Amino acid sequence: MSNRFDQPGYNRDASIVNPKGQGEMTPGPQHGKARPAPGGPFLIGEAMTGGYGKGPDILHDCTISVDRGEIAVIVGPNGAGKSTAMKALFGMLNVRSGSVRLDGEDISDLSPQDRVQKGMGFVPQTNNIFTSMTVEENLEMGAFIRKDDISGTMEQVFELFPILKDKRDQAAGELSGGQRQQVAVGRALMTKPKVLMLDEPTAGVSPIVMDELFDRIIEVARTGLPVLMVEQNARQALAIADKGFVLVQGQNAHTGTGSELLADPEVRASFLGG
Amino acid sequence: MSVNWRNVSLFGLVGALILGSGFLQSWNVALVLLNMGLVSAIMSLGVNMQWGYAGLFNVGIMGFVALGGLAPVLVSMPPVGEAWAAGGVRAIGALIFAALVLIGAVQIWKRMAKGMARSLAMLVLLVAGFFIFRAIFDPAVDAIESVNPAGTGYLGGLGLPILLAWPVGGLLAAGAAWAIGKTALGLRSDYLAIATLGIAEIIIAVMKNEDWLARGVKNVVGLPRPVPYEVDLQNSASFVARMDAWGFDPVTSSSVVVKLGYAGLFAVVLLILIWMSQAALHSPWGRMMRAIRDNEVAAEAMGKDVTRRHLQVFILGSAVVGIAGAMMTTLDGQLTPGTYQPLRFTFLVWVMVIVGGSGNNWGAVLGGFLIWFFWVQVEPISHWLMGLVTSGMADGSAIKAHLLESTAHMRLLTMGVILLLVLRFSPRGLIPEE
Amino acid sequence: MELLNAIVAMSNYVLIPAIAYGSQLALGALGVTLVYGILRFSNFAHGDTMAFGAMVTILITWWFQSMGLSLGPLPTALLALPFGIVITALMMLATDRVVYRFYRRVKAKPIIFVMVSIGLMFILNGVVRFIVGPGEQFFADGERFIISARDFKDWTGLEEGLAFRTSQGITIVTAVIVVAALFWFLNRTRTGKSMRAFSDNEDLALLSGINPERVVMYTWLIVAALATIAGVLYGLDKTFKPFTYFQLLLPIFASAIVGGLGNPLGAIAGGFVIAFSEVTVTYAWKKVLGYLLPESLEPSGLVQLMSTDYKFAVSFAILVVVLLFKPTGLFKGKSV
Repeated sequence: MSNRFDQPGYNRDASIVNPKGQGEMTPGPQHGKARPAPGGPFLIGEAMTGGYGKGPDILHDCTISVDRGEIAVIVGPNGAGKSTAMKALFGMLNVRSGSVRLDGEDISDLSPQDRVQKGMGFVPQTNNIFTSMTVEENLEMGAFIRKDDISGTMEQVFELFPILKDKRDQAAGELSGGQRQQVAVGRALMTKPKVLMLDEPTAGVSPIVMDELFDRIIEVARTGLPVLMVEQNARQALAIADKGFVLVQGQNAHTGTGSELLADPEVRASFLGG
Repeated sequence: MSVNWRNVSLFGLVGALILGSGFLQSWNVALVLLNMGLVSAIMSLGVNMQWGYAGLFNVGIMGFVALGGLAPVLVSMPPVGEAWAAGGVRAIGALIFAALVLIGAVQIWKRMAKGMARSLAMLVLLVAGFFIFRAIFDPAVDAIESVNPAGTGYLGGLGLPILLAWPVGGLLAAGAAWAIGKTALGLRSDYLAIATLGIAEIIIAVMKNEDWLARGVKNVVGLPRPVPYEVDLQNSASFVARMDAWGFDPVTSSSVVVKLGYAGLFAVVLLILIWMSQAALHSPWGRMMRAIRDNEVAAEAMGKDVTRRHLQVFILGSAVVGIAGAMMTTLDGQLTPGTYQPLRFTFLVWVMVIVGGSGNNWGAVLGGFLIWFFWVQVEPISHWLMGLVTSGMADGSAIKAHLLESTAHMRLLTMGVILLLVLRFSPRGLIPEE
Repeated sequence: MELLNAIVAMSNYVLIPAIAYGSQLALGALGVTLVYGILRFSNFAHGDTMAFGAMVTILITWWFQSMGLSLGPLPTALLALPFGIVITALMMLATDRVVYRFYRRVKAKPIIFVMVSIGLMFILNGVVRFIVGPGEQFFADGERFIISARDFKDWTGLEEGLAFRTSQGITIVTAVIVVAALFWFLNRTRTGKSMRAFSDNEDLALLSGINPERVVMYTWLIVAALATIAGVLYGLDKTFKPFTYFQLLLPIFASAIVGGLGNPLGAIAGGFVIAFSEVTVTYAWKKVLGYLLPESLEPSGLVQLMSTDYKFAVSFAILVVVLLFKPTGLFKGKSV
């Protein structure tokens, strides 16, 4: 609806409107069903071209994939379309050509919510916890779609992130930056996802906390859960990655194992700063 | 400038509706529609400044209308000398004292260091000030109100020409708007809606209860007029002769002429205000206003003082509403505080602005006329419709009686439906912002 | 003895009425605050929703009374209340389907919802007046007093009587039960938690598989129940008149904002703060002071700080003071 009142900041009167926590997510136009498509990697977005809504294409023939037990990272300079590529996998983009397949099914036509049901665990970069709810409630909400007993999964999350167990009754908004990220990852794990997608999980945390988080992510991947993440800290991310995708201007510039990319002189020169 | 035929025809439609009422009902009805339509258009213009230019949500329009309405009494009624002698000076003195106490409290708050001492000093000043104020004020009020309570019982006005009351009404409303805006817009995230809602109720409460000011619910009647009285016209030989020559009944035509006189005055005010608002909207100031509205953050980053601009436009819009309020009291010839109700004077004006087209002055004017027309005519129309519906029912049946009786409430229902339909199908209003 | 008399007089004229009124405001403010927190706008139609709920309950009460149904000493309205809630809830769901849902689909900004609620306010106001008319309606029956002033005087031998009306007792008991149930629901049940999650972070709620339409539906159901209960209790305690309910909007909004919009605990606190200040400031303290002070100091005037006509001014002054010092309300609200 085109309307003047829809302009941002049209009215900031706190006594009548409450923009806090309002949804900003713009799902893509998809609303169809999944089709069987056996074979190929566990999760793959293949030759994706598209952009937000009717806007210009941001991704051009971009391919991202991850297999069981792997950590795949998407790296690249600012504005390369890293987060956009991940959002395309999650159905928040209008993907005009290409396809997304998960565990033998073509899910290109599913809405983001349906993709959650199919087993995609997504941790957004910001606003990724329920700040006013306790840690335990955050985890419970993560498991909202499950009808079975969730206490086992919660124990696993607490084993992975012991600090959360101590703070289970504290409001998540009162935690430190690193602890909040743990809650965010924990919430996504509570759905028992088939694949975990993290959008810049280490943005804004200290280097020590970053190392700690990467350790946990490796631990998660070792359980067999494929992990796909977008990272700003390319060097550290590629060091733990089984597979790396270097994007430049929405296109695959380099693809390979983490160590291959770290060793690639071209990648080093143009992107890792020598 | 190209002529926008769609908009012209919308105004043509409103004209036709009013003319139609003239032919079908009576010319007096049509002129009542026209006059209050003009007043409504001005109110709507004022609210449109606040909402359409700046995105400020004012739900206390009633308060500004009422304050404006107070002006004709204060300006044009003859002063009651006896009441002034009895307690006028004391009452005014008490009010000045109260104002000084408030200023003092604010100064204490600003000047003294933070801590218990400051809070205590302010509290003591306020409490002591309140009781001293009441001790001076209450007997003064009693004295004023006991002077001929059936006829006056208030201080009266200044005895000046009533047309002067219109700008004064605007000033009163502007003053209140300044006080409200200064408080509410200054808060971290503004609370203008609740602030205006509350102040409007308080203004009405004051006007209903402070009899010394304008007789409260006893009403002030017989305000002077800017146009001649019907009786004087009927007694004027030249008027009667001219009407006879034109073949009109002098009694009917006298009231038509009086109403036309009001219409002329109102139209002049409306035209001046439209011209001014259009000029303002297309001036650099107006462009800045809209830039702020459309992206407050960016405007603030560019160094615009958003709060100050908001305060400006809030005061201006309220002043326009106040002028309309003064005009309405003048038209009615009386001030009746009991008749100010939020549905009629706040939310109905909102319907006018939204239906007409927020952000567009012509839209607001159109909305004022159109919604006022429906507000008046829904009742007879629904009465007629209900007559058709119930014509099959037996006379004297309880349901029939109830239905016929209830048509008076159809206008609220209709306004709600119109508002929802416009919001749904034409959310930018009938004449959208360019 | 004098002190006891003063305490009794104060309870009779200040404490009990303020607690009852505070409970009514709290229930109303809870409805407003839930809509603000979850649907993200201030619902101007809330006062008229209360009027609608009360009206339906009154009509059913009259029907029950005509059939001779009663609850003995309790008002028949309590028997009609569940039916009133159900009908109001159906009305709310229908309005959501016909009106609000469209704007959620197009992701309209909250301010549009505010304007839509103004449209609904007009409609509900018109509907209520159309059905029962604008006048006062009486529907209270059963025992009028739990303790009457005369009985109290006889029992205690005090000069001052204490009256505790059934409607006040019912108001307080019902409010306690409703508030306890609501907090249990919001903090202990899966659905309640999902509502809080949606209020906190809509996007993340979606990512967690929470269905927004269900959250909205539950919100309207709870709001309908709260509004109907508040409306009926107010009507029993005072009187039912459509316009009065519309006017309750200001103290209810004030309560919700004073407490911190979007915070249920704040809504309750706000309701009592507003009610107590309104009643204390507009009560004529002459009688109480008369008992307490020696005869020489006895006040000659009414010792009423402000006339009852200014009760709105009191709610409003409290609101301004609270906001100046705590911009998000007494309890941290959603705003800012």
